[in-house]
Amino acid sequence: METLSLTAIGLGIIVVGAAIGISRIGQSAMESMSRQPEISGKIQTAMIVAAALIEGVALFGIVVAWLA
Amino acid sequence: MVLSAFSANHETEEGDVDVFGLIIGHISDSHHWHIIDYTNRHGQTIHLSLPLPVILWHDGEPWFYSSDEFYHSNTPATIGDDFVVLKDETFYITDSEGAVQYDENGHITNASPADFSITRNVASMFLSMVLIMSMFISAARGYARHGMAPPKGLRAVLEPLILFVRDDIARGQIDKDKADKFVPFLLTLFFFIWINNLIGLVPFFPGGSNLSGNISFTATLAVFSFFAINLFGSRDYWKHTFTAPGVPFFVKFLLVPVEFVGLFTKPFALMIRLFANITAGHIVILSLVTMIFILKSVYIAPVSILLSLVMLLLEFLVAVLQAYIFTMLTALFIGMSTSKAEH
Repeated sequence: METLSLTAIGLGIIVVGAAIGISRIGQSAMESMSRQPEISGKIQTAMIVAAALIEGVALFGIVVAWLA
Repeated sequence: MVLSAFSANHETEEGDVDVFGLIIGHISDSHHWHIIDYTNRHGQTIHLSLPLPVILWHDGEPWFYSSDEFYHSNTPATIGDDFVVLKDETFYITDSEGAVQYDENGHITNASPADFSITRNVASMFLSMVLIMSMFISAARGYARHGMAPPKGLRAVLEPLILFVRDDIARGQIDKDKADKFVPFLLTLFFFIWINNLIGLVPFFPGGSNLSGNISFTATLAVFSFFAINLFGSRDYWKHTFTAPGVPFFVKFLLVPVEFVGLFTKPFALMIRLFANITAGHIVILSLVTMIFILKSVYIAPVSILLSLVMLLLEFLVAVLQAYIFTMLTALFIGMSTSKAEH
């Protein structure tokens, strides 16, 4: 029970980190799209790639929590 | 009537549904393909499932069985001079009684034969291969017959997708002169992952397997990506990886190991990302459906069905998004490894 709750707390911290990261990506992508709508396609691609990399870290956490 | 995702026999004696066993049974592989459970006129519960071929390698020769022999009998099957039983989807070599030995931690100590069976996931992969090949071969025949005429039917669906992979993913990330060489690989990745994600979302018989949420499946794709990234690496890429030009001498001791580990973490991250996304999606949908059985109330059913419908729609987005991200990141890494350095 002890380890389970620690795992849950750790996962919570990871999710907070990933949420901050992805929200900052989304925020800055929206800002730059409104500044330069003509390259919004490129910004969107870069945004998805960066979000995927951050999401990867969060999923690493889930898998580690699974194994722990 | 229960959904095919609800593998056979997950009811305890008090009539409760074993939710955990049910979900694990769905997301893991199995040696038979469960279709439906129903109660017939005589009040008997029938577990209808498709038996799959079991192929075991023991004492240097292959052994063939139907998985029915293991699910519907309590006597062990013979394998050469020994006997074999199926316990929790793993085969164990036993004595003629079919009993397995446990150690003090409750793990089974019997030896296992090498298992090359056509499991549910493998059967599902064959299905997707037939689907993809028939789609693309008929589209290719269409182009051979009609040439550059405006595409119709299936070709009209596939052409924008293929062009998207070629123009946005491959040519967008990889140098112009090298991009086309990688287009077949990237197209295969994209459509194989996407179609398998979609088959996994179909809740009844020919779908419902968790193939793209299987770690071996994503690991195999990631190994292919690893070779595609590194076998075609340019001289600058390897120089950059192993000598880290332009940084102070002491920093090199730090940077070269990091770059070297980075060779393996990139495909590893691809593997984990696809596996965890698809498996998590399946678990969430099943958890929402099984809320009815956990709370034991009919009134929760509309809420549960509505939520799982919304999740299912989200999973349709995730299916294409994960296929796109896997292909996109592979193309990005290939682009990084094949390009000539500008520094």
